Amino acid sequence: MSDDNAKPLLSVRGLTLDIPLASGMLHAVRGIDFDLHRGETLCIVGESGSGKSLTSLAIMGLLEKNIRRSADRMDFDGTELTTASQRQMRALRGDRIAMIFQEPMTSLNPAYTIGDQLIEALRLHRSVSRDTARKRAVELLEKVGITAAASRLGQYPHQLSGGLRQRVVIAMALMCEPELIIADEPTTALDVTIQAQILRLLVDLTKEMNVAMILITHDLGVVARVADNVGVMYAGELVESGPASAVFGRSMHPYTRGLLHCIPQPGKTERGTPLGTIPGIVPSLVGDVEGCAFRTRCPHAVDACRDAIPERGEAPHQFLCVHPDGARAAEGETA
Amino acid sequence: MTAPVLELDGVTKTYHVKQGLFGKAKPLTAVNDVSLTLQRGEVLGLVGESGCGKSTLAKILLGLEAPTSGKVLVEGEEIGGQDRLALARRIQPIFQDPYSSLNPRKTIADIVSLPLRVHGIGDAASRARSVRETLDLVGLPARVLNTYPSQMSGGQRQRVAIARALIMRPEIVICDEPTSALDVSVQSQILNLLNDLRAEFGLTYLFISHDLAVVEHLATRVAVMYLGRIVEEAEVGALFDAPRHPYARALLNSVLTPDPSLGVPDTQLGAAYPNPIAPPSGCHFHPRCPFAEVECEARAPRPVSRDGGLVECHLHDPESKMYRPDFTV
Repeated sequence: MSDDNAKPLLSVRGLTLDIPLASGMLHAVRGIDFDLHRGETLCIVGESGSGKSLTSLAIMGLLEKNIRRSADRMDFDGTELTTASQRQMRALRGDRIAMIFQEPMTSLNPAYTIGDQLIEALRLHRSVSRDTARKRAVELLEKVGITAAASRLGQYPHQLSGGLRQRVVIAMALMCEPELIIADEPTTALDVTIQAQILRLLVDLTKEMNVAMILITHDLGVVARVADNVGVMYAGELVESGPASAVFGRSMHPYTRGLLHCIPQPGKTERGTPLGTIPGIVPSLVGDVEGCAFRTRCPHAVDACRDAIPERGEAPHQFLCVHPDGARAAEGETA
Repeated sequence: MTAPVLELDGVTKTYHVKQGLFGKAKPLTAVNDVSLTLQRGEVLGLVGESGCGKSTLAKILLGLEAPTSGKVLVEGEEIGGQDRLALARRIQPIFQDPYSSLNPRKTIADIVSLPLRVHGIGDAASRARSVRETLDLVGLPARVLNTYPSQMSGGQRQRVAIARALIMRPEIVICDEPTSALDVSVQSQILNLLNDLRAEFGLTYLFISHDLAVVEHLATRVAVMYLGRIVEEAEVGALFDAPRHPYARALLNSVLTPDPSLGVPDTQLGAAYPNPIAPPSGCHFHPRCPFAEVECEARAPRPVSRDGGLVECHLHDPESKMYRPDFTV
């Protein structure tokens, strides 16, 4: 957030995704808002089924045909994505908006060499010669820490390890100098040491090139280390959002705090003692969802949780809870 | 002192891997001369990168693979001589993915009672009673008895897998990444359950995981594996407070605790994981080690015992020129 007054690169208001099922309408994403500025990293964290991956697909216009998308606004640097044609979206994807997915093998074509795929990524959007594109490919492979880059161009994806493949995918995402990178669980399939290396690379590159990034993950450790801003997603809503220091340092929503108590933290949680748990299961989002979706699992639920939930807190740190303090006092914590 | 409940003595497993259609098969040493002992009630955390041999070791312990050389002893008895059924009574697995480890066409009652039926224990009534008790133990209601795995959540499925592993009251449970397919709120429930069951039944766990925070929480001892060898083994507290092997340090550095004041750590690990068919000379870790010297390339380090643990690194070997007694990385 170098310049708070600057216009955000991406501004989303009231994004809603509905999926018609035989049993009724599944409200997978229920009205989420966020802004993302250039050079900033927003982490969206949530458990499976919270709608975080669908949110990223909705921004890229890659939803399955049966999913109904509506939004008050999805403004990408002056382009309204809700009304953009397929053709306009294709021109944006891979060019100004790049994507990195969890499993690098699924985003690389096994039948083509690394070089062909990197060069095509650039030549699809820019009228440059193969030679220029090739030079850029070598330059970017070196940038993502791949040694002997020129000789790698002739290799096929299966000849590389998982960590190297993900580096190639990152290089490919950077070919057109994107303004926004959407990374969906980019390190989940990797070993911890490789994960740290890849995350470091992403953080360094986005800062250096002033690229905005939306990183989707289920791992709170990754979020804390990478994010400028955090959105905690539960049952299709952003239940808490704000700067990472605030969301982790002064978590307000009972779900955020519950999650943080669930994970063992060396040095903090005492060995062998029971970890915190969140009882119950995620509610069904089929049919009308009223009030707070977390109330059935919340230790502080009261009758008012059945009604519309007010948004609390001053921007940028906001949360959805009837308790103004997220019932911190009840847990014996000081605000 | 009583005999350790599980002992591995110089266990090696070599596969022969063909490269290409007409290529000659080359040996791949997945587990290389591993010796470990587990006392009753201990939890040994086994950590390392994918491909380091953790899962091969688990398969050997379960009797699914025979070691190429070396011995596995359960309470002093070698498992090579026991038949599979007898071994299965004492050692049971819990696997990573509760979606693929449960037969989708069997009911929960069938799945959990299968070990009893295989061993011909009890009659139908006593088996049904035993299944209900075990489900209760893992926190599943009796109404799930006639449901199928597809009707259950990931956490519930993993509870079923735990129930199936425990119904024979084994002594040792091999947990191979038991929570890595689960959401964090479910993971904590399963970890708490495993911890409670261990205390209640005096179980011994071999806990394989890539999540070091989980290992730190649950394990009493930790073994760090690299390219088929145990490069460091120590009490969990000692290892996390002062890792001795540079690879153990890199692993610990990679743990991302949810602290937003810290950035992404620098692992200081160079090149990628080596090819296990052609492992590096000397110390297998030397190409990636920030402390490597000529000696590391020339000669493999020997295991040196330090404070009740073991470490394989020239920096800790008093007979090495590189010896630095106060070295904790």
